[in-house]
Amino acid sequence: MASVWKEFSKGLWAEIPPFRVVLGLCPTLAVTKSAENGIGMGLAVIFVLVLSNALISLVRKIIPKKVRIVCFIAIAATLVVAIELLMQAFTYPLYQQLGIFVPLIVVNCIILGRAEAFAAKNPVHLAIADGLGMGIGFTVALTFLGSLRELLGAGQLFGHAVMGGSFKPFTIMIEAPGAFIALGCLLALMNCISIVSARRAGKEPSVNAGGCGCGCCEVKQ
Amino acid sequence: MEESQVMHYFLMFIGAVFVNNIVLAQFLGQCPYIGCSKEKTVAIGMGAAVCFVCVLSTALTWLVQKLMLDPLGLGYLQTIVFILLIAALVQFVEMFLKKIIPPLYKSLGIFLPLITTNCCVLGLAILVQREEFGLGTAVFYSFSASAGFMLALILMAGIRERLALCRTPRALQGIPLGLIMAGLMSLCFMAFKGMIS
Repeated sequence: MASVWKEFSKGLWAEIPPFRVVLGLCPTLAVTKSAENGIGMGLAVIFVLVLSNALISLVRKIIPKKVRIVCFIAIAATLVVAIELLMQAFTYPLYQQLGIFVPLIVVNCIILGRAEAFAAKNPVHLAIADGLGMGIGFTVALTFLGSLRELLGAGQLFGHAVMGGSFKPFTIMIEAPGAFIALGCLLALMNCISIVSARRAGKEPSVNAGGCGCGCCEVKQ
Repeated sequence: MEESQVMHYFLMFIGAVFVNNIVLAQFLGQCPYIGCSKEKTVAIGMGAAVCFVCVLSTALTWLVQKLMLDPLGLGYLQTIVFILLIAALVQFVEMFLKKIIPPLYKSLGIFLPLITTNCCVLGLAILVQREEFGLGTAVFYSFSASAGFMLALILMAGIRERLALCRTPRALQGIPLGLIMAGLMSLCFMAFKGMIS
């Protein structure tokens, strides 16, 4: 039980994507125009991630090492088609808002990154805990980023005006540049926190330097 | 080709490269944008490989969608069919280049395995379906958009090469600074918005 909790909780703070482990940048930047979109995307990712982790962990001993990436992609794609159809049926406005980023969950580094780094090496219950933790962490992160951008860019939170009449919104925050700048500042803030806390504990600080952390996005020479 | 048609394609090219840049305005292909932009040579190689695969995959997925999925009413399988097609295509391209054009394989080979999971490729294949382009337009659009990807990647690599010589705060090093610079670049590219209405 303790190990399940450990795998679950690491996704909530210590390895929260995309702030600590930089995974899944495309949807993070693209859908966080509002807090609501952030939650929707996060929930879709939780669905795919938990099930794909579970399935991959179940078949991990059968898949030959050489074709594992294609197998992971096929499993993820099947689940993405399922969530696409579910969203079309039950939350059509949200599906339209998220646009092509729903089918693009297939190539989201979180799915492949967790499959490769965790689910392919661990038993099912741990893989599910890992997927759930990472998914919830991702949802929290997206919602936070979405609220921040919505608050500064439109003076709203979940579509309700909260900043009062005298507030002049920074429209740039809900445009494309605002996404990059807001995420960059948040990542820097996370680095600051980890540097300070590591220094207090007398350890060498680790920052999220380098490229995307999924191992399939960087050149290995 | 008539003059108006040439103009149409020219405007589409400008629009896809500058106004709706695939990285800076549409947020596709962020991982290679951050991960492969440390040196200019790597950026050029990655950009060229993406360009090459995007054009091929858009043509292939367009044909499959129009000749197989649409007549059979299997449109909902688009995502799974496209990603498997792209994965297979990348494998074939890799084998083909290795056998037939070794010099090209030498310069692009290390990037090819990364491209299957690049959302640029799948994103463009789906985008041209949603925009309902014809085959020629679809291929041209995907070429323009991936040229825009290459441009953004090379610009970023140029800035980062200079930045490596500067002293920056520890917390900002790497990805945070990369993202903030991308934001500033995206701000510059927004200025092109008035160019084409």
